[in-house]
Amino acid sequence: MNALTQMATALTRGEIEVVDLTHTLDPDFPVIILPPEFGQCARFRMEEVSAYDHRGPAWKWHNISMSEHTGTHFDAPVHWVSGRNVANGAVDEIPAEAFIGPVCVIDCSEGAAQDDDFELTPEIIAEWEATNGRIPENTWVLMRTDWSKRRGADYLNMREDGPHSPGPTPEAIRLLVEERGIRGFGTETVGTDAGQGMHYAPPYPAHYILHGNGRYGLQCLTGLDQLPATGAMLICPPLKIRNGTGSPLRVLALVPKGAS
Amino acid sequence: MTDPLARPPKKNPQKVQTVPVLPPSFRSRAAMGLTAAAAEGRFKLQHCAECGTVQYPPRDACVSCLGLELLWKDTDPVGELIADTIVHTSPNLYFRRQAPWRCGTVRLSAGPSIFCHVHGDCVKGSEVRLLSRLDRAGQGVLIAIPKETTPNMADDPELRELGADPKHRRVLITDGRQPGAPALAKALLDAGAMTVFVGEGETWRPYPERSALEKMDGVNLMPLDLTDTSSVVELAGEIGGKVDILINNARFMRPGGVLARGDTAFARDEMEVNYLGLMRLAQAFGPGMKARGADGINNAAAWVNILSINAIANDPAYGSFNASQAAALSLAQSLRAELRPGGVKVMTVFCGPTDDDWYQDVPPPKLLPGAIARSVVQGLRDGVEDVLCGDVAKDYAERWRQDPRVLERELAGDVG
Repeated sequence: MNALTQMATALTRGEIEVVDLTHTLDPDFPVIILPPEFGQCARFRMEEVSAYDHRGPAWKWHNISMSEHTGTHFDAPVHWVSGRNVANGAVDEIPAEAFIGPVCVIDCSEGAAQDDDFELTPEIIAEWEATNGRIPENTWVLMRTDWSKRRGADYLNMREDGPHSPGPTPEAIRLLVEERGIRGFGTETVGTDAGQGMHYAPPYPAHYILHGNGRYGLQCLTGLDQLPATGAMLICPPLKIRNGTGSPLRVLALVPKGAS
Repeated sequence: MTDPLARPPKKNPQKVQTVPVLPPSFRSRAAMGLTAAAAEGRFKLQHCAECGTVQYPPRDACVSCLGLELLWKDTDPVGELIADTIVHTSPNLYFRRQAPWRCGTVRLSAGPSIFCHVHGDCVKGSEVRLLSRLDRAGQGVLIAIPKETTPNMADDPELRELGADPKHRRVLITDGRQPGAPALAKALLDAGAMTVFVGEGETWRPYPERSALEKMDGVNLMPLDLTDTSSVVELAGEIGGKVDILINNARFMRPGGVLARGDTAFARDEMEVNYLGLMRLAQAFGPGMKARGADGINNAAAWVNILSINAIANDPAYGSFNASQAAALSLAQSLRAELRPGGVKVMTVFCGPTDDDWYQDVPPPKLLPGAIARSVVQGLRDGVEDVLCGDVAKDYAERWRQDPRVLERELAGDVG
């Protein structure tokens, strides 16, 4: 048996579980809010075309519309100004092998429960590595905060001075990208950066550093509490949109049974 | 005095819905001038250009000199009620249902004697004032009211039937996020509205108006996002059967004309809210309102759209937004015709620049929320189709009447 048939057997036997890390595309799901002068992220919308009726007797279907960055979504390097000249930086150009691979999960849920502006720092990464080993090259790293369990206004957590939600410091992202060579970084919040990420140097460090180095982002993930710290496999192929800067997508993880 | 209108009882769920029937609606082309005047709440009659004789009923040639040029002009509405009678039965279904119905003859100081509807407080032989109003069929009619205000005057059944008074009615304001929403809700409650439903979208995004709305007795905040069909349909499913007055105050706007923008993103948002939002609302709430046009004291009575006066003539500083307003105005005309069989009026409140963030670099006069709220309530009481709110709207409308093309150039800044 080769590796793939072994895996297929494990899947059919239930030895490998499939975990859905995706929020439902829902018209009322929060999107990132920018100052009103800027262009805004389109919400998910669905218009009925027909429903087995005079508009189409035997079939039901909808027209849907949204932003590339609505709901659980993928960020390609060209999404950010730092990645505008990265080779193969649009979703249709990214090699398909980037969309499946190993994933490390750094659990920040306790800290995020205490502090809305909780930061993922190099120290936290060092602690995680002390327990789980060095983060291997070319892996996905996900920051678990349990933020996906928040509902309504608590999710964006918008105040007079902007949103407050956890995220990585510039140093943490630099460590992950430049020293560990990760493939991408994912969060449960509305962006890969902290709610107050505009006040770091550089502003929005996760976007700036990840995409400037040709790495990918995933956000609005859910179910990270079902993943082990290491040993799971992430599957996250975005839609193949010509020159697309990102895409809503279904994110799945393959997890050895009982590993979480 | 008029007996104060009692709060309507809860509906008997075993009774069949009263079907809307309309008063006679056929008019000559000449008589449509009366309807046009009533739509603006103005008392106008035909005046002969040659001899000045005031005409009634509307006609094609002067009753005095056979002159053919009869101009609709604002006319002194004061006269004497010289005769009155009460109709107790009628072969017409509408008046049969409304009976008893008082009517009478008023001799106007301006000349003609006019047979018209008569308010219960008018005393035969005394001075009265004529109002031009739209009846349930949407046609211009005249009603005599006492010259001086009497207690509970608006509760007179004939006068109420010719308007859409918010008293005892249930109102839906579609967008609680608009800066003017609290003032509007308060004005309607002060006017006696039984309930004010206020729609709010995206509750995951806080907004300052919410705390004011929450504190008001009689306000019910309901989820509603005009850009989301499922949300509109859901709310109509819940409260569509008890919305007597719908006030669409939703507005998405950004400054800029065609060339300033360079893309269609904001234009799309403007159309999604201002035009398609109106259409979604109309498709969800319209049929229910149309069916409830004769549903007792709190029947469905009016649909109100709050639009920019630039719906009639584009100011290129807000060119894209104004195009969406023109689209909404045109759609409202269609809706007006489609709701007419139900006896539901469609009213537009035309506003000049509002005193908010998006008109911050526009010099005054600008409209405060209270002014718009007062216009809405007054327009409903009068049952008109067009309300010009504030001096800018009145001025633009007047200039538009004089010459639309000149106004276009003036708004573009071509006239010094």
